[in-house]
Amino acid sequence: MNSSPGNRRTGLSADETAQLVELAGRVRRHVLRCVHAVGSGHVGGPLSVADILVVLYFRELRLDPARPRWEDRDRLVFSKGHAAAALYATLAERGYFPVNELTTFDEIGSRLQAHPDMTALPALDMSTGSLGQGLSVGVGMALAARTLGADWRTYVVLGDGESQEGQVWEASFVAARYGLDNLCAILDWNGLQQYGWRRAGRPVTERMNPIENPVARWESIGWRAIELDGHDPRALAAGLDEARATAGRPTILVARTVKGKGVSFMEGDYRWHAGQVTNDDLRRALAELGG
Amino acid sequence: MTARMGSTGSTGSTGSAGGTLGGLAPRPAVASEQATRIAFGEALVELGRLDQRVVVLDGDLANSTKVDGFADAFPERFFEMGVAEQNMIGVAAGLASAGLVPFATTFAAFAAFRDLDQVRLVVAQTKLHVVIVGAYAGLLAGRPGKSHVCLEDLALMRALPNMTVIAPGDAVEARQAVFRAAEHGGPIYLRLARDAGPVLFGDGYRFRIGDPVLLRDGGDVALLTTGLQTPRTLAAADLLAAEGIDALVLHLPTVKPLNEAAVVEAARRTGAVVTTEDHSIIGGFGSAVAEVLGERLPTRMRRVGTRDVWAESGPDDALLEKYALTPRHVADAARAVLRDRASGRAGHQEETA
Repeated sequence: MNSSPGNRRTGLSADETAQLVELAGRVRRHVLRCVHAVGSGHVGGPLSVADILVVLYFRELRLDPARPRWEDRDRLVFSKGHAAAALYATLAERGYFPVNELTTFDEIGSRLQAHPDMTALPALDMSTGSLGQGLSVGVGMALAARTLGADWRTYVVLGDGESQEGQVWEASFVAARYGLDNLCAILDWNGLQQYGWRRAGRPVTERMNPIENPVARWESIGWRAIELDGHDPRALAAGLDEARATAGRPTILVARTVKGKGVSFMEGDYRWHAGQVTNDDLRRALAELGG
Repeated sequence: MTARMGSTGSTGSTGSAGGTLGGLAPRPAVASEQATRIAFGEALVELGRLDQRVVVLDGDLANSTKVDGFADAFPERFFEMGVAEQNMIGVAAGLASAGLVPFATTFAAFAAFRDLDQVRLVVAQTKLHVVIVGAYAGLLAGRPGKSHVCLEDLALMRALPNMTVIAPGDAVEARQAVFRAAEHGGPIYLRLARDAGPVLFGDGYRFRIGDPVLLRDGGDVALLTTGLQTPRTLAAADLLAAEGIDALVLHLPTVKPLNEAAVVEAARRTGAVVTTEDHSIIGGFGSAVAEVLGERLPTRMRRVGTRDVWAESGPDDALLEKYALTPRHVADAARAVLRDRASGRAGHQEETA
């Protein structure tokens, strides 16, 4: 399996699928070790987005880890920057830097800042952290490729909580106006945000979805919107194939995911958006994740 | 007018200014006027011909900010972003990350405020080469009142690490600033005026980022100015000259990084400083000068600029009078700082009001 320069593939074999599932498990284990080592940090979002990142970096993106600033690479903007631990784990597994550098996550002087810093780590195509900004940058990159006559594509990973920022919709409107079919957004629709709204009369852990009916919303603006299972590599790969084959408009993959995916006591609980991972939490979580 | 705090042997020499202040800037042979936004728009079209990397983003104000000429000449490199400044800045960062040189253009009030978080995260922090253009800056913006008059942009932009801040004093300088901004290689904010102002610079003038511009030498008081306030400051120096007060006028179009050596030298030569800007006195050019002098050469000074107030609509003359930006107000501040120095007292703002 590779995403070597110039390679545009479709489909996914059974072996490749199994390999991606295994990689996503490794990424989740790295995330938990990173947050445990720091003491506390974002957990639920990195776990929900792990499969999306693995499919993008190991199957979809045209890239070369030895040349992170290669000018014909595909671009990826990680708009939900607070889930950086999953991004760093994926980049390390993909060969951008040694896996043991993950132990520096969130530490002073580290290239692996709590929120992505492109000036520190060449593998990053943009700094993010203040929510709602990534899609605008992706629109700029897609316009740049068109202006330059280049065939690289731009991918933006969005959170559902950040979809409450007005700037996301400013960007969506402009992307549709310019018919940016070289732009693909992936919404990590895990259904929870840091705190959000509680459901009246229901237990406190039942929260309202950060964004309802995302497919209809994006389609109404002129995007192609494809809802799929964001934990299934084959579904993600098929969605990315469709996005690449779509002409005249941008595509968003509305990826249904589970916040805290893979760890039973974290799944679907907004209180694990961020928090402290104790020794016991880590032991139990790693056991569930096969590590 | 002889006592000079921190003076050197050369203090007060006229006609041979040199060293850290440079020589006197060339002045035009014939008087003329042009708005900096007009010069900007014309220069942008020339730049677009020379440099294929240049792209322009507009926040639905192209016929005001004068980037409509570029839109007509290079439609494939002009991107209308609509009334959505936050997105515009993000798009500009994306374009810059791929090696293009975006000019993101809107009114200063929106460039500095509506999209400040975007400027901070994806332009200033990333060090990307985005030229942010704030047109219609300062008090005189076509009588729009508090929402559109921007008197705080220098303070905000100056506070951002990596940001370079340019406030041209006339059309000649604005034109050259467009070309220097395109070569700059990092985040840069360009402050432009709506209305026509006198052309200050003649043939041979060369604007370079960071260079101080000596417009008048003098030994009694230093008038430090920037941007749109510079012509009014020169007029103030004429008023003072008629009273026998010999003012040095130092124009500092680069508000950040401020040429600290030039500020210190102007203070050393005169021992009395007035800063003057078409901007709030809070956090802007005068504050920047005070920060430098406070640490390096404490000097009697007064600041001319708008006070802690909101602007309003009204005719230009009435606004300049009410908000105390006229040449007379600058001259009043100069006399006040000289009185302070003579009496050995600290300055009191209310005396200059």
